[in-house]
Amino acid sequence: MQISARRHDTTTIFDVSGDIDFANSPEVRQSVLREIRESHTARVIVNLRQVRYIDSSGVASLIEGLKASRDLGSRFILIGLSTSAREVLQLSRLIKVFEIYDNEEQALAA
Amino acid sequence: MLAVYSNPRWLSVVRGAVERLTETLGFPAVQCRSITRAVDEALTNIVRHSYGNRLGEPIALYFRRAQRSQLGEVESGLAILLCDRGSAASLNKLQGRPFEQIRPGELGLHLIRQAMDTVEFTRKGLTNQLRLVKYFAQASDAP
Repeated sequence: MQISARRHDTTTIFDVSGDIDFANSPEVRQSVLREIRESHTARVIVNLRQVRYIDSSGVASLIEGLKASRDLGSRFILIGLSTSAREVLQLSRLIKVFEIYDNEEQALAA
Repeated sequence: MLAVYSNPRWLSVVRGAVERLTETLGFPAVQCRSITRAVDEALTNIVRHSYGNRLGEPIALYFRRAQRSQLGEVESGLAILLCDRGSAASLNKLQGRPFEQIRPGELGLHLIRQAMDTVEFTRKGLTNQLRLVKYFAQASDAP
């Protein structure tokens, strides 16, 4: 799993690739929370296009990112969800908790 | 039988094996994903809770054919037995609770229960056994 952050105006975009599971979800959580707390950007986008699988610990990391963003008045957006990632959010009944778009262009325009 | 150690790096290996197995047996794609997810979450629970994140402890997974009679028809399926020698699991946790009362860390168990037809935990001596079964919808789909 790899995660990197980049800036686009007032938006921080995380690009994640690989599976997110118990082996690496702490790294996702730490990277996202650190960037959210340090950058204070108006919008945070997590690009999951290259992520095929997310387990419950990965979902928990995303929830923590969402909470941290809300605490700072930022929007927290997910893009590029795979079928499996979408299923796990639906099964968790969290699909409507997140702001989700198909791609980066839509998220930036929203 | 698949023998692994309690190390999160084995999770992706087991996921790959279960996904291929369920595809080969002919489960629909959505069930291949959900069964794979259930086994992954169960394995994660063993590493986290049964072994308290200790690395290098043994975990065995057995894959067998399962059968049951349902409304006069015989249903076949896949039974997966996960065995570990860690601390005994809390039966209260394993019995689950209504979704609205689930805490963040209990989501894995919820996903297991949603995916599988049978989720049975037993403690035999020093061994924890978690039996997960998923049946095909029709007998003609038997593996």
